[in-house]
Amino acid sequence: MSGAVPAGPITKIGPEISALARGAAILGTGGGGDPHIGRLLAEATVREHGPVPLVQLADVPDDAVVVGAAMMGAPTVMVEKVPSATQFAHAVRVLTGRLGITPTHIACIEAGGVNSTTPIVAAAELGLPLIDGDAMGRAFPEVQMVLPTLYGHAAAPMSVTDEKGNSIVLDALDNHWAERLARTATIEMGCSSSTAQYVMSGAQIKEAYVPGTLSLCVRLGEAVQAAREANEDPVAAAAAMLGGRILLAGKVTDVERRTKTGFARGTARVGGTGRDTGREAVLHFQNEHLLVEVDGRVETTAPDLIIVLDAVTGEPVTTEATRYGARVRIVTAPADPRWHSPEAHRLAGPAYFGYDTAPVLFDGSVASGS
Amino acid sequence: MKIGIDVGGTNTDAVLMDGDRVVAAIKRATTADVTSGIVEALTSLREQRDFGDDDIEAVMIGTTHFINALVEADRLAPTAAVRLGLPATASLPPFVDWPASLVRAMHGRAYLAHGGHEFDGREISPLDLEELKRHAADMAAHGIRSVAVSSVFSPINSELELAAQQVLTAELGPDVAFSLSHEIGRIGLLERENATIINAALRELAATIADGLASSVVGSGLGAPLFLSQNDGTLMDVEYARRYPVATFASGPTNSMRGAAVLSGLENCAVVDVGGTTTDVGVLSQGFPREASGEVSVSGVRTNFRMPDVLSIGIGGGSLIRADGAQVGPDSVGYRLSSRALVFGGTTLTATDIAVAAGWAEIGDPPLVAHLPKEAVRRALDTIAGRVAEAVDRMRTSSSPLPVVAVGGGSVLLGDRLPGLGEVRKPENFAVANAIGAAIAQVSGEIDKVYAISAGRRAAIIDEARQEAVDRAIAAGADPATVEIVDFDEVPIPYLPGNATRIRAKAVGDLDLRAVTR
Repeated sequence: MSGAVPAGPITKIGPEISALARGAAILGTGGGGDPHIGRLLAEATVREHGPVPLVQLADVPDDAVVVGAAMMGAPTVMVEKVPSATQFAHAVRVLTGRLGITPTHIACIEAGGVNSTTPIVAAAELGLPLIDGDAMGRAFPEVQMVLPTLYGHAAAPMSVTDEKGNSIVLDALDNHWAERLARTATIEMGCSSSTAQYVMSGAQIKEAYVPGTLSLCVRLGEAVQAAREANEDPVAAAAAMLGGRILLAGKVTDVERRTKTGFARGTARVGGTGRDTGREAVLHFQNEHLLVEVDGRVETTAPDLIIVLDAVTGEPVTTEATRYGARVRIVTAPADPRWHSPEAHRLAGPAYFGYDTAPVLFDGSVASGS
Repeated sequence: MKIGIDVGGTNTDAVLMDGDRVVAAIKRATTADVTSGIVEALTSLREQRDFGDDDIEAVMIGTTHFINALVEADRLAPTAAVRLGLPATASLPPFVDWPASLVRAMHGRAYLAHGGHEFDGREISPLDLEELKRHAADMAAHGIRSVAVSSVFSPINSELELAAQQVLTAELGPDVAFSLSHEIGRIGLLERENATIINAALRELAATIADGLASSVVGSGLGAPLFLSQNDGTLMDVEYARRYPVATFASGPTNSMRGAAVLSGLENCAVVDVGGTTTDVGVLSQGFPREASGEVSVSGVRTNFRMPDVLSIGIGGGSLIRADGAQVGPDSVGYRLSSRALVFGGTTLTATDIAVAAGWAEIGDPPLVAHLPKEAVRRALDTIAGRVAEAVDRMRTSSSPLPVVAVGGGSVLLGDRLPGLGEVRKPENFAVANAIGAAIAQVSGEIDKVYAISAGRRAAIIDEARQEAVDRAIAAGADPATVEIVDFDEVPIPYLPGNATRIRAKAVGDLDLRAVTR
């Protein structure tokens, strides 16, 4: 397919932001927040400060001081109370100032969804390079759900700041506590905050991060666009790039939502069409897609990726926007292999999200780590 | 009796209706100036069926003037956008992501000011009066004549937009028009603000058009009140239209759908409007078009105002037929159908030729398509039926059966049934469905808010929301005895505490003509 898309990592982020936002929405697995507003924010900042240099994980000096930047809160709030230009950098300044350290690099925590773009804004504002990678390789809803947790790295000290100038630097017993405390502060701040978290050395980042995921977002976005322009199959292009499979093509026949403690839980049924006629997939989601069954058999669960794309355009379909009649294709793709240890499964496997099933890999096999 | 008039880009249609019955109907070419076109339409109606001036209870007009003015960037007022939300939102000021040419056409100027609310109703920051006065001075210096005010979370609390309007009016004088975002859009700051700016830019034109429409009705000797149709198929009076021209943007397709419904006697159905180049599919629920849930791009600007959800596919009477009928469209001979199509002696095989060859329509010279192979004709008709059926199916919101009503000149392309959907109804008089849709329109009230639903309070909050929608409908002129909730939607918002839930409710009632004074 699309021979026009050059392979390999990119070295700076400027005009690539719109492709990156599209790719990030695919990695968002149905959640992760609206990347449209993130794209506009990053584009505005890059217009002002110039492109952001992107550093490969392998090229980060071991003694680098790396700070993770991310938004926290409700995507609905973010599209209404649009963040201020400087609050992302402010979160980093507050934390590093309190710790008495000088950051050398900014890192992305969550490549899926809007948090792919927020570190671009922080890095541009601070004049620092951004690391090409992230802490999970997808989107997850909570602070502790990152690979660095598995390596024993602490989210806190962590700063939580708002656009008004309020800030909290919190210490926490563990990363689950960091999530609880930061979430509470975020709610008080109007359900949208900027955070700086997971301060790590270059050596630690190299070990604990998923490499190349920001480049992957750009390439993914470009591949979908290029396939569409060449009248090729954008869904196949996305699945190929992620090393995944197209599980089922069909039409959404039913969507059911309910709230449970702040999380929109629900299921969507997809009736197979074409070659998949007669089969039915059931997607289980809580902001992100977490489990998919076909004809009663669990085909994939988190931590592997369950991605729903528009059958024709390849545009990602969020769980919020999923509705009856949509023609979609379900793609499942592997998460970083480190997500498949018993410990990782306790952190972000189906049981943590309340599903009574063993983790199932993207190809339908039961994870051997469990 | 009522008169419905639809002023389209090409044709002006008018109907005289007695209840749901069409008494007279005419179709005329649209004129460049509004007034003479309406006067001419009213005169033609009178020629067909004479009526006394007192027989007419109301005149309803649907118009595409405003959306056309935006698309052509024509006659836009010099417009300022004031946003209340500092210190939040500064990174993306008003007009971000707009086509530069459109901003230039309205001499757009953006101002950021303190204000705004949190999702739970707390203020982000108080209004800064001095700051607003400074902005007002700059607006005056730049000849601004219309102002759009948006405030963060104003759909939850509108008081700061109202307060800012007061301060700015005191500085700028009474001749500057104001458009407030909470009256125009829903949650989603940039999209709501964009719709508000567009509205502001159209305010001067709205005054001119409203005057023109009113004087043409009066000039025809009619004393009846005048209404304009809105995007959702309900009515606004002329005064409202002066203030909210943007609310007329999609009245064309909406009126067509509602007219089709009344002609077929259905309240819940899919309406398939087959034109020359495209087929538009919409869904009526309780007599009203379902609204698009997401963003709608208008002239390159993302907005989120109430627009009907319409799916267009590239199939129409002029669609080119290829591959022995397996491929239909998306290209079309368009208005050149009468010279290019085979039945008109042309050389291009179009969908209309297929319908004629199948004996479904008598257009042009049927013998000219007698040679077409039967299988190819069959295949083309199957392709058309399959794609239209798929489009209808995409628009359904549940798997329960939905009747299909076909209108438009191209509806001859459809047979009596569609695969998987059953019977297709083709009502009489469909050519003036738009004007009928305008004439039968009702009055609505809507709310769209985020509520924190505490335990045990859900039922009370829902009642409160429904009542507010009903009250708004009555305030807009609905007869209280006829008001009912036609749309209700409750969606939990992810990551917000306290079971934050977005509730939308819409109430509709018959226009209370006794309450209308003029």
